[in-house]
Formats: sequence, C-alpha cells, structure tokens
Amino acid sequence: MAESINLKLKIWRQRNTKDSGHFETYDMPGVSTHMSFLEMMDVLNDRLIRDGKDPVAFDHDCREGICGMCSMYINGRAHGPLKGTTTCQLHMRHFSDGETITIEPWRASAFPVIKDLVVNRSAFDKIIAAGGYISVNTGNAPDANSLPVEKVKADEAFDAAACIGCGACVATCKNASGMLFLSAKVSHLALLPQGEPERKERVMRMIDAHDEAGLGSCTNTGACEAECPKEISISHIARLNREYLRAGMSQE
Amino acid sequence: MIASLRMFYSSVGRKLVMAMTGLFLCFFLLEHLYGNLLLYKMDGGKAFNEYGEFLVGNIIIRTVEFALFGGIILHIIDGLYLTYSNKKARPVRYAVNQQSKNSTWFSRNMGLTGSVIFIFLVVHLRTFFVPHRILGAESSMAHDVASAFQSGMYASLYVAAMLLLGAHLNHGFQSAFQTLGWNNHKYASAIKTAGTLYALLIALGFSSFPIFFHFDIMGVASNILHTTL
Repeated sequence: MAESINLKLKIWRQRNTKDSGHFETYDMPGVSTHMSFLEMMDVLNDRLIRDGKDPVAFDHDCREGICGMCSMYINGRAHGPLKGTTTCQLHMRHFSDGETITIEPWRASAFPVIKDLVVNRSAFDKIIAAGGYISVNTGNAPDANSLPVEKVKADEAFDAAACIGCGACVATCKNASGMLFLSAKVSHLALLPQGEPERKERVMRMIDAHDEAGLGSCTNTGACEAECPKEISISHIARLNREYLRAGMSQE
Repeated sequence: MIASLRMFYSSVGRKLVMAMTGLFLCFFLLEHLYGNLLLYKMDGGKAFNEYGEFLVGNIIIRTVEFALFGGIILHIIDGLYLTYSNKKARPVRYAVNQQSKNSTWFSRNMGLTGSVIFIFLVVHLRTFFVPHRILGAESSMAHDVASAFQSGMYASLYVAAMLLLGAHLNHGFQSAFQTLGWNNHKYASAIKTAGTLYALLIALGFSSFPIFFHFDIMGVASNILHTTL
C-alpha cells in the first residue's frame, strides 16, 4: 500500500448557526496513510492558519475512541466507512489515492451547527438530566457485592453503558431519532438494582426530553446500530419500549 | 380517559399505535386470505359467496368491521403524522448519504409503500366493497372477482400492489414486535423469519388470485363465470 495518497476534501463551511453554509474544496497532497482522519484535518488546519485563513472547526477530545466528541459525516457515513469506529480511530489507509472525501456535520434540527463541523449536542445532556441518573444517599460506600447482580444482566447493562453519546445514531437515522442513545441510557439503569427506584419515572421523563428536543421517532430501520461506533444493539430500543409500556400502564 | 391516552402521544407512544394497528391489520389480512381461498373450491363460487354473506349477517363481524376501518384510518393518520414530524427532525439533508450501507430501502420508505398500498385500497374498495355493501349490487361477489381480473391492467395492478404490500409487511411485522418491546437477542431472528414468511404468504397468496383468474389457470375463472347462481 502507498505510504501517502493525494486527496480532495469537500468540507462544509458555516460561519455560525445563522449562516446558511456552503461546501469548500481543498486539495490535500501527500497525506500519510498512517494518519488518523483527525490528524489529516490538523494538517489541513495548520496549512489554513499559515495561509492566514480560517481553520475548519471540528469537535475532538480524547482521540482514542472513548469520549464521543468527534463527529463528522464522512462520504455519507457517520464517523466514516469503517464499522464500530469513531472518526479519531479511522485511518487514512481506508481511503484511496485521488479520492474526493465529502465531510459534513451531523444534520438534525436538534443538533444545530455551531460552526463548520461542530454541532450543539446539548439535546443529549437534557435527556440525561431528565432521568439518566440514580439517587443514592451519601455516606460510606456500601460493601462490595451487597447488591447482587446477575452476570448476564451486568454484561448487558455494560454493553448499553458503552454508549459515548457521540450522536452518530441521530446523524445516521433517516428520522434523526435519538432512540438508540436514549435506550442505551434507560436500558443500562433498568437492568441494575440501583436503577429500580426511579425506573418508571425515568423512562417517561427521558422520552419527554427526547421529544422536546425535536428528535424524530424510531422506525426500526436498524441504521443506528449499524453505524454506532460502540455497536450498541437495537434490542435496547425494544427494552426501552417495554419499559415505556410498563410505566405507561402502571397506576402511578 | 384522556390522561390514560397521554402515553400514546409521545414519539414512542405513536409508534405503539402504529404497531398495534399494524398487527391488527396483519391479522385481518390472514382472515381475508382465508376467505379468498374459497374461490379455489371449484364450486362456481358458492362457498365464497356464502362466506361473504355470513360475514355481512354476523353482528360481531360487523362490529369488528368498524374497528377495522378505524384501525386503517388510525394507521394512516398516525403514519402521516410520524412521517411529517420525522421529516421535520432533519430540515437540512446530507449532500452525500450512503443509507444503503446500513439499512434496507423498504425499511426507510414505509410511508411511500404505505401510500401506494392506500391507493390500491381505494381502487380495491371501489371495485368490490362499495358496489356490494353500499350500493347493494345483486351480482355474485365471486362472479365480480372473476370478471374484474379478466382485464390485464387490473390484474397486474393487483400483483404489483400485493408484492409491495409484502415488502411493507416484511419490515412492518418485525418492526411491530420491536416497538411493542417483544424483541431481544433470543427472539430477534425468529421474529424476523416469521415476519418474512408471513409477508411471503400474504404477497404470494393474494397475487395468486389475479394471476389464476386472468389466465384461467386450472379453469378457476371459467368455473365461476360459467355458473349462474
């Protein structure tokens, strides 16, 4: 494989939320195939700054695939073409010489563009604030294993808790629905004894917050689970629906 | 009453309405298919006509019929609302979007296939339901079926609509189970397989009538057309 490739980047540029935005094309000669996608963006920005131009704004933080900050809709796929990967973990060897790469921000009315490729994902924070927590009395930590949890349930809860809240599910979903994110949060607490006291209230309040944010509804296309960098299963959405039915039917 | 219905107003609640009405309509299709199969009895359409008259004469069936029309209307209105609000959730579309990499075309276009099925439904009701049940036509229902499918255009419209219905059901059936929460790692593949088998049964089963009657395969059409009841 070639050590370096020549690329053309078609990047969405938008000055602020109100700006209507447009695509701009940049030539990227001699991109090392060992670079991550974000490192390639760094190289571009370095050049733009040297030329006295405005660098491309994009979200990033840990660059090791666990923080959920990086986004980018790359060639029509959330986090690019690789399965189970965040943009920071995507390497340039997955692209070919002479390729034009189109880079867009997440598109959803709930995720307004702040600048270029940066979107405001505080809709997710509002969903978490509505119920993605447990109430515990402060004091000494309880003894280990004082609350027994079955291995199967612990594993399932952990799979749900792997959600990094990046928003790829919303970006990918044809309805811009946040159900995979929401269900991961509801599911991981519903499976554990610590989540039991607020179980019914949680699902109701979190769904209300989801809908208020202007996120769409789920039509079970399964696109979210296919693009999720943490490969969270839509079986969590089924659990969310179950929790909702259970809470909705109950007397409280 | 209103308070207890509140749960059906959220995004998940509206999907529950879609799922419940959808499964109800799935059940109805089975019943309809059973009734139609009586056309193959080679008795000049006697059993089919009698079955139709039994349905009309039965008070319970008449009540369920109201629920059926209610269910269809609710399924359509809720579907339209969901399609509208889901479109609103993404006002700016992607310049490049490779949706085929993560989902099937039919799962993404239930609104479109549903709309075509609705057009078919109007044509279908206009041909059989309206003349017989509202205008009180005297002719035999089996005779009307057999003669309607003599038109190649009409028969092919039916086949096309039924194949589309099959695709709609293939996603809809398993989707309803997912929405009602009856899905997990254990059942997922079984539900999907059952849904596909069901969709095939409905699509092929209903398509067989226009095909068999148009081409008079095994004499099904002439058997009815040459019988005067």
